[in-house]
Amino acid sequence: MRRNLIFILMSIEIMLNGTGVAFVAAGSRWGQPDGQIMFLFILAMAAAEVSVGLALVLRLYHLHNNLDADAANEMRG
Amino acid sequence: MEAAFYIAGIVAIVSTVLTISRLNAVHALLYLIVSLLAVAVAFYAMGAPLVAALEVIVYAGAIMVLFVFVVMMLNLGKRAAIAEGQWMQGSIWVGPVLLSAVLIAEVVYLILRARLPEIAVGVIDPKQVGLALYGPYLIGVELASMLLLGALVGACHLGRPVHEKTEARYDRNSDGARAHSGGNLIRAGIGRTPDAP
Repeated sequence: MRRNLIFILMSIEIMLNGTGVAFVAAGSRWGQPDGQIMFLFILAMAAAEVSVGLALVLRLYHLHNNLDADAANEMRG
Repeated sequence: MEAAFYIAGIVAIVSTVLTISRLNAVHALLYLIVSLLAVAVAFYAMGAPLVAALEVIVYAGAIMVLFVFVVMMLNLGKRAAIAEGQWMQGSIWVGPVLLSAVLIAEVVYLILRARLPEIAVGVIDPKQVGLALYGPYLIGVELASMLLLGALVGACHLGRPVHEKTEARYDRNSDGARAHSGGNLIRAGIGRTPDAP
């Protein structure tokens, strides 16, 4: 199991990209531009998510000096 | 065009599998960029040229550059790869892989049973997309702009340097620190730069 935060963010990108592929394929199947518009929204959301996520990763790395996702467990619910 | 789509799809799947199985972050990023470029080719073959260009420009150009910058900044080396190798072994992934294999077999069966439609019904040119984007989806564009603004402010806030060391360094030069260390020092002007008023 992977616990590296960089790999977690990369996997989120892969999943969002897969969703976009599904949207564009569906839009292309029905000949409508709506699927591509949804992909544009997913693109904007992925850009926002990755910028905030990488800033958080940098802060966590300076705090704990490693990228283990389990190291950031002092926020107990 | 159909052959191009299938070849690009196979390249995308293979490079994505290689992405999530690499131990070194830079190698994984290289495979991820290849995967995104292959998906862009698949988009073009599906008749979506605007989205194909945006995939190359935004995903492979901007987001991946962010990842490369951060990986280079953190300077992950052999130690991180060894740690990942220790985490990845074990039989935790067997269950999800089996369940996903069942789902993939189901999808392949359904695709092979159904009548195969043509890949590209027609090319949806950027003009159509733009007209729909700034017509019925205008509120979505506004929401996306607000989301990007929020991400900008959040990244600036999280990325600013706040360590005890830098805070102490700034505090030493401030008037408050000088008043804390004794009033005579303020009157004598110790610690001020010469060109300060």
